[in-house]
Amino acid sequence: MGILLAMQGAVSQGVLWSIMTLGLFITFKILNFADMTVDGSFALGGSISAVMIVKLGLNPYVSLLVAFAAGTLAGSITGFLHTKLKIPGILAGILTMIALYSINIRIMGQANTPLLNIKTMLSLFEDLGLEKTTGSLIIGSVFSLGIVFIMYWFFGTEVGSVIRATGDNERMVRAQGVDTDSMKNIGLMISNGLVALSGAMVAQSQGYADVGMGTGTIVIGLASIIIGEVVFGRRFSFWYRLLAVVLGSIIYRVIIAVVLQLGLKSTDLKLLTAVIVALALGIPVFQKNVSKRRA
Amino acid sequence: MLKLSKVCKTFNEGTINEKRALIDIDLELDEGDFVTVIGGNGAGKSTLLNLIAGVHDVDSGSIVLDGTDITNQKEHMRAKFLGRVFQDPMMGTAASMEIEENLAIARRRGQKRSLRWGITHEEKFHYSERLKSLDLGLETRMHSKVGLLSGGQRQALTLLMATLKKPRLLLLDEHTAALDPKTAQKVLALTEEIVGRDALTTFMVTHNMRDAIRYGNRLIMMNEGRIIYDVRGEEKRTLQVSDLLKKFETMDAEGAVNDRILLGLKVE
Repeated sequence: MGILLAMQGAVSQGVLWSIMTLGLFITFKILNFADMTVDGSFALGGSISAVMIVKLGLNPYVSLLVAFAAGTLAGSITGFLHTKLKIPGILAGILTMIALYSINIRIMGQANTPLLNIKTMLSLFEDLGLEKTTGSLIIGSVFSLGIVFIMYWFFGTEVGSVIRATGDNERMVRAQGVDTDSMKNIGLMISNGLVALSGAMVAQSQGYADVGMGTGTIVIGLASIIIGEVVFGRRFSFWYRLLAVVLGSIIYRVIIAVVLQLGLKSTDLKLLTAVIVALALGIPVFQKNVSKRRA
Repeated sequence: MLKLSKVCKTFNEGTINEKRALIDIDLELDEGDFVTVIGGNGAGKSTLLNLIAGVHDVDSGSIVLDGTDITNQKEHMRAKFLGRVFQDPMMGTAASMEIEENLAIARRRGQKRSLRWGITHEEKFHYSERLKSLDLGLETRMHSKVGLLSGGQRQALTLLMATLKKPRLLLLDEHTAALDPKTAQKVLALTEEIVGRDALTTFMVTHNMRDAIRYGNRLIMMNEGRIIYDVRGEEKRTLQVSDLLKKFETMDAEGAVNDRILLGLKVE
């Protein structure tokens, strides 16, 4: 019974985190940009949402919107550092991430904000007599599927197509009269907006926001994307790839839950995640070496 | 229609690798000119083309297109007027995207991109017609990723993309140099066909003297950052490879040309 409960919790967590993974998909897969900002913007979303609810008494759903907006702002700062100041992408992301650590503590006035006995996005479901995890699952699914739909539409538009092309071949895009800097900025903003939104939803679902809640977000996101690709394949249409991202996030959480049930400590998880990502990224190199030796 | 005045460009200025790529270039192109540009490695051909396209900024001098000074205009802004094909077949297209998606991006060159759907039904039909004219069978593969095409096919597609929205000036940067001879001839024939049909003003950099003579109405020879020979009309029509070689030899006698440059010319 315990394991079943843990699984349900894992799936609902996976759905909430999948929104972050969809954001990371934009930078990592579409723009070909490893954006470290997400560690900071995930916690930023959580912090802002928690403070809005606790200190300002704002509607929890409105706080999600504010978190999204704050995330886009964080993304635009990384974009500015990278495109205007010509700072390498990884470093630009790290700078924003580090800055956000201080900013998040400023926002909350302390390192964390509990959300106990207060209306959150889940109160609606609790009033109906549903479990918190069930509520998270429902609202998470609605949001992530909605976002998959919007992303599918957006990346099919004129602007979206050019953003995709920018991740592929910047020179070609400039030759077609498009400012690639703006395209990267738009991508970074949407991406970090989604990451912050996910952070806000996770904070509300777990009942607190913490300045450290974003640590390792990028690695978790990469692991989820890679798991989705490995399980569902990658040579498929765009909406299929987006759904694979969502399912990859869920599978990642299920794997974590299973490993925890087997007796691993929760503090070991970051090591485990890093190993998964390193292995997955290394497999193509390994395969190439093997086929070369056979040839 | 295009006027370059006293254009200079030096790379790595003040370092041991300093290279004066272009020195006081004056050049005027007339409407409908098809100019071929030859010269050895490092003569400044590609630099000249990249300065016109805005890839590099000029150090001094000015570039005026149709009466507008575009010297300081950013690359993506001038793209409105320019169609470009690169030496590397990988450079002109987005490999992970479909043929029709690439064409749709090219058709909107210089236009503001909106949140309308990236490709309409009517244009798909139009693309299929245009692809048919390439005679490579690409019209049946409009949903294929461009990365699956051969170098020649990609270059033909890039050429189509560069001219899909009629450019004021077509810039070809040794666009057949990376192809095998047979494919190169096919892409060149295609180039001539498109340029002729749309009466495009064209600037074609090449390594190949025969091609430089066979195509276009005007030929420019470059060496060490300067234009050293500029022929057109009747004189260009009767030009022989041996004439060009003689030109190089006389320069050699003057010490202006060395073996490296001659070898770079790939005499066939």
